[in-house]
Amino acid sequence: MKKLLFAMLLLTQTAVAAPAPETLPDPAQEARARALQKEFRCLVCQGESLDESGAPLAADLRRLIRERIARGDSDSQIERYLVARYGDYILLKPPFNADTYALWLAPFIVLLMAAGTGTLLVLRAKGRGQEKEIN
Amino acid sequence: MTGELGQLALCLALALAVVQSAAGLLGLRSQPMARVAAGAATGGFTFVVLAFGALVYGFVSSDFSIVDVADNSHTLKPLLYKITGVWGNHEGSMLLWVLVLSIYSAAIALFQRGGERLSTAALGVQGLLAVAFLLFILLTSNPFLRVDPMPFEGAGLNPLLQDPGLAFHPPTLYTGYVGLSATFAYAAAALITGDVDRAWARASRPFVLIAWIALTLGIAGGSWWAYYDLGWGGFWFWDPVENASLMPWLVATALLHSALATERTGAFRTWTLLLSIMAFSLSLIGTFLVRSGVIVSVHAFASDPERGVFILLILSAAILGALALFAWRAPKLESGASFAPASRETALLINNILLVTALAVVFIGTIYPILLAAFGVRLSVGGPYFDTFFGPLFVAMMIVLPFGPRLAWRMGDLKTAARQLLPALVAAIVAALIVLFAISPRTLLGAGIFAVAAWVIGASVVDAVLRMHARTLGVAAMAAIMAHAGLGITLMGIAGTTLWRAESLQVLAPGETMSIGGYSLRFEGVRTLFGPNYRAEHADLDVLSHARLIGHLAPERRMYPVEGQETVQTAIRSTGFEDLYVALGDDRGQGRWTIRAYVNPLAPFIWFGAAVMALGGAAALAARLRARFWSQSPSPAMERA
Repeated sequence: MKKLLFAMLLLTQTAVAAPAPETLPDPAQEARARALQKEFRCLVCQGESLDESGAPLAADLRRLIRERIARGDSDSQIERYLVARYGDYILLKPPFNADTYALWLAPFIVLLMAAGTGTLLVLRAKGRGQEKEIN
Repeated sequence: MTGELGQLALCLALALAVVQSAAGLLGLRSQPMARVAAGAATGGFTFVVLAFGALVYGFVSSDFSIVDVADNSHTLKPLLYKITGVWGNHEGSMLLWVLVLSIYSAAIALFQRGGERLSTAALGVQGLLAVAFLLFILLTSNPFLRVDPMPFEGAGLNPLLQDPGLAFHPPTLYTGYVGLSATFAYAAAALITGDVDRAWARASRPFVLIAWIALTLGIAGGSWWAYYDLGWGGFWFWDPVENASLMPWLVATALLHSALATERTGAFRTWTLLLSIMAFSLSLIGTFLVRSGVIVSVHAFASDPERGVFILLILSAAILGALALFAWRAPKLESGASFAPASRETALLINNILLVTALAVVFIGTIYPILLAAFGVRLSVGGPYFDTFFGPLFVAMMIVLPFGPRLAWRMGDLKTAARQLLPALVAAIVAALIVLFAISPRTLLGAGIFAVAAWVIGASVVDAVLRMHARTLGVAAMAAIMAHAGLGITLMGIAGTTLWRAESLQVLAPGETMSIGGYSLRFEGVRTLFGPNYRAEHADLDVLSHARLIGHLAPERRMYPVEGQETVQTAIRSTGFEDLYVALGDDRGQGRWTIRAYVNPLAPFIWFGAAVMALGGAAALAARLRARFWSQSPSPAMERA
């Protein structure tokens, strides 16, 4: 029950507080900020990106991203800064490293296996068709 | 009293479920036993309905001596939310789950599709599932537990759930999830009896169709609910709970296609069996993810490790049992079908390969963070990961898609198909050019996606016209045409909203105006209104276009004092082609408020397309019913389709 109440509390906060994030005057820089904030997760919400979150911490981080862009940091510099501060957890697209080899490679392996089996099936079905013709 | 009646009804339903499974599985060769299994299924259904009715009565009459009612209801709650609140909590939603399961059991007993032997074995499997889930309810999640002393007032329902969406979303989704139990039961029954043939595929098809339609509507409805309720204009978040519903949908879609081939030519029999098992397994995994508290979300109501372990046991037993049966029986099946590389079978095979890979992406992406957390590694897998794989997979699928309906079974003619599809190719090129040169900002990705969508929709039109000329445009052919066109429409909606959304956030004083995407919004101020169980800050905004008043929007923020929570009520003005979407932010003092406004181009297409897809499914079902009631064999139009 306590956990439930806590979850509800979190939800409320998500739904309510949304202090106006600064927007950058330069449209190109603002577009960069918007694209960037889709790549990071809101650290206190459930699976929302900084872009979608109403939590105060997310608003702070949105502002931080804009400060860094205005200061002339590149996208990868900002990413490195955030990862250094909050860990890989903040990345919605996990990096490719020893922890995530399986995550990134599995779809390719599944596709290769499925395509291989499929090709085999088609060849066998074709072979059966030819057998029937001979008979 | 109602609580005890409900409890008694559940116990009797459990007893009948034991009888149903025993009679169904042990009495395969005896006719009286088959009748016992069918009788137990209808009897069990009656008792589960009674139990459910008892809980509904408890909620409607605000009987706070029942813990579940006291924890999740309140006298001031409107009647609609007293009723829907029945499944707005863990215990009640599990009872709904079992209710739907027993409806499917009763349907299997009533229609006896595929003959008495097959349907009796299917009833046996369904009986086992009912035993497991009734035990789960009675032992860990009993909705009829009493509390003494009885509280004077209930604790209320999470306001986010106090929405008409709750009336629609869970029952539809469960109709889908649990509908796959019937296809699972039929697959297991076919393995048990050894009758893995076209008759089996035909028998289980209506259940696949119903489940698929319900999942499509349930997922689309949930996405629509999130869209208007959360206030950020998003419609899909790759949240684990959303993924849990998407996975069965992906498999059900694959199954729908592969079963078509099995039914028509006997091809892919083992694969269709495996998909039937996988589809329901993923429903169970979804139930586990949502109900066990492994993931935290608005869907997860409460977390309790004991329940998680119980569901995990059910899940492992069902999946491993079915897979063992499969491994034992499937190798004995000889696959006799023959088809040429250019044939509809091959097209369906490619569809399945891509859908299964898409499933693997969602599965791995959802499970991975949970698995790594067990090793102490904290990792997020979110939208950008899924998009990376999903985009290319779906685009590939939709490029191949139009060839399927244009290729004949067994031996098709690829050249003719390609020639027939030329008009669709022209439509694709035109769509790409329009997007590139007439719409800003210019995006190559947008042009590509619209080309693919136009290709699929164009091919559906081509298909309809050609069949009309050949006089083969039956209901079954229309079903595929609609479902495929619907997919194209949804894709356009997703691309439009994602790529060209306009957004503006302003602090406005009464009388001030903000502009967004061709509209002007004039803020008239905020009033306080009172609902049945909430207080609302109600904003009035006039919508102007070219200095002319065209409408009025009234977003709200509601405070629910009982639950101590606030919700956002967005206001949406839709033209059918774009949504003007407004949410009320926070109070900035002196009558000034933050207003968030979005223009979401083509957003309505997302749900319109899904509705068209579901309608296609309904047409396929209608074609089945017609074939059943007008003649024993499928109609000629269907044979040719």
